[in-house]
Amino acid sequence: MVVPALIFILIFSYLPMYGVLMAFQDYQLFGGFFNSPWVGLKHFEAFFNSPDFWTVMRNTIVISLLKLLFGFPAPILLALMLNEVRQMMFKRIIQTVSYLPHFLSWVIVGGFVGSMLSTDNGSVNMLLMSLNLTTEPISFLSVPEYFWGILVATGVWKEIGFAAIVYLAAIAGIDPHLYEAASIDGASRFKQIQLITLPCIRPVIIIFMILAVGNILNAGFEDILILATNPILRDVSDVIDTYVYRMGILNSRFSYAAAAGLFKAVISVSLLAIANKAARKMGSSLW
Amino acid sequence: MMKLTRSDKVLQVLIYILLLLLGFVTLYPFWNSLVISFNTGADTAFGGITFWPRSPTLDNYEVVFHDSRIGQAFLVSVLRTVVGTVLSVLFTAILAYGLSRQELLGRRYYMVFCVITMYFSGGLIPTFLLLREFGMMDTFWVLVIPGLISVYNMIIFRTFFLGLPAGLAESARIDGCNHIGVLLRIVLPISGPVVATLALFTAVWHWNDWFSASIYINDPKLIPIQTLLKQILNSNIVTDQLQSIGMNAAAQDRQAMMKSVTTKSLIMATTMVATLPIIMVYPFLQKYFVKGVLIGSLKE
Repeated sequence: MVVPALIFILIFSYLPMYGVLMAFQDYQLFGGFFNSPWVGLKHFEAFFNSPDFWTVMRNTIVISLLKLLFGFPAPILLALMLNEVRQMMFKRIIQTVSYLPHFLSWVIVGGFVGSMLSTDNGSVNMLLMSLNLTTEPISFLSVPEYFWGILVATGVWKEIGFAAIVYLAAIAGIDPHLYEAASIDGASRFKQIQLITLPCIRPVIIIFMILAVGNILNAGFEDILILATNPILRDVSDVIDTYVYRMGILNSRFSYAAAAGLFKAVISVSLLAIANKAARKMGSSLW
Repeated sequence: MMKLTRSDKVLQVLIYILLLLLGFVTLYPFWNSLVISFNTGADTAFGGITFWPRSPTLDNYEVVFHDSRIGQAFLVSVLRTVVGTVLSVLFTAILAYGLSRQELLGRRYYMVFCVITMYFSGGLIPTFLLLREFGMMDTFWVLVIPGLISVYNMIIFRTFFLGLPAGLAESARIDGCNHIGVLLRIVLPISGPVVATLALFTAVWHWNDWFSASIYINDPKLIPIQTLLKQILNSNIVTDQLQSIGMNAAAQDRQAMMKSVTTKSLIMATTMVATLPIIMVYPFLQKYFVKGVLIGSLKE
């Protein structure tokens, strides 16, 4: 009964892994994976020596770090704030609303962002102009300086509510007696958050932190493809994944793109392994 | 209820304000797009449309519903979501059930074989070329088959199946039921919440996926709605779309419509059509997905 499914995994997951070898070949359409000539490290050298390499590496690392810096604490803050709300109705409404963007496709989110930031009476420009902060509408999505901010903010907007679910569950598991005792001792709510809530959910935070670090080279793909449609942004928007897509699928430089992809995969897996080790050391092992 | 001091009250007020702000920032883009989709395009172009339509109209939707490409794309998405979700959940459950059986020889190895694929993959380019060599480009099945088995979901299923009492399957086996029968008639029906959660996540994924169709499909008849919307956002195919609806409308209606409908208003109406199915189901499924996220995160 499991055999067909295993054969299926063999075909659709393991065959492409074998196909990675094409990074060491000059892949030819008619030869396929099995009959293309071997060229060793040629494509890797071409990638490392290309002027794109440093741009792409810098963007990948900077964008992931920015996402980590802002995207990681945001759901924790949201969970802490929701936990302070006494009106259950209000809490439930805010929660339901905050999950919503998670269920939208990036195409739709991109449409919203485009509409909000549009120079053609987009709401953000209308607001800025009515507050006299700017006289001309700003074309946000074609200014390289704004791109990282827009990308990170959109990501937080989309996932904050959904990511908060786990933290809320962890907070719900804290023994209420701790809070009672603290309040008898005269601790303010703020102190209680600091001294009880945060330490109690620390293990969960650490686990997710480690997972996030293991993911660090996944700076984004869909979001960047959708938000950075203007080629002016390429210097700040191109990350390894989008570069692989552009070189491979759009320009048909298959072997070259596969080499860039493999380079990323090797580093990612090493980072994951290191993060895993760190997790064991800190005592909250993942598996 | 514990008593609040002054500083606590300040904190409370601050938190309510921040949460209201978050709620507003989350909902506003929807609401604004909805309003623009119900406003005449010509009027929207003057600006100032925020919370209410200034000159309400259904023209934008009329254009969208008369456009055969949008209708077709919507159908492709629905079909893909239904077929993809049913098949994927079924096959994933079959694998999970098999791997949860004690009598399966070497099940540890099969498990490792599956889990490896969660960490290593061929990546975009080899997968793309493989599917191309299989001749799956421009077929409906390329949207369904490569994602048929999700190892992540399989692990969640398997963990749940392992927790079921063993006697259940045994007695059905003794009564002459085969394995498929046990799975379909006994195990799946009592796994309701897990099935619902995983089906929801799979369905949302299928509905929202625009990327695979954008690289595997050129045939306009097989483009799902999200991919079509991406194309509309990116280019000016809206102009010929406006012309194509002209065929369906009477001459003077067409004139009037062309005046009131613009690229922006049309994009917003299409966006609403592509968003609607999700907005409609998700409040009802909330309790399931909250549970699902927790199962998923605890069983790493």
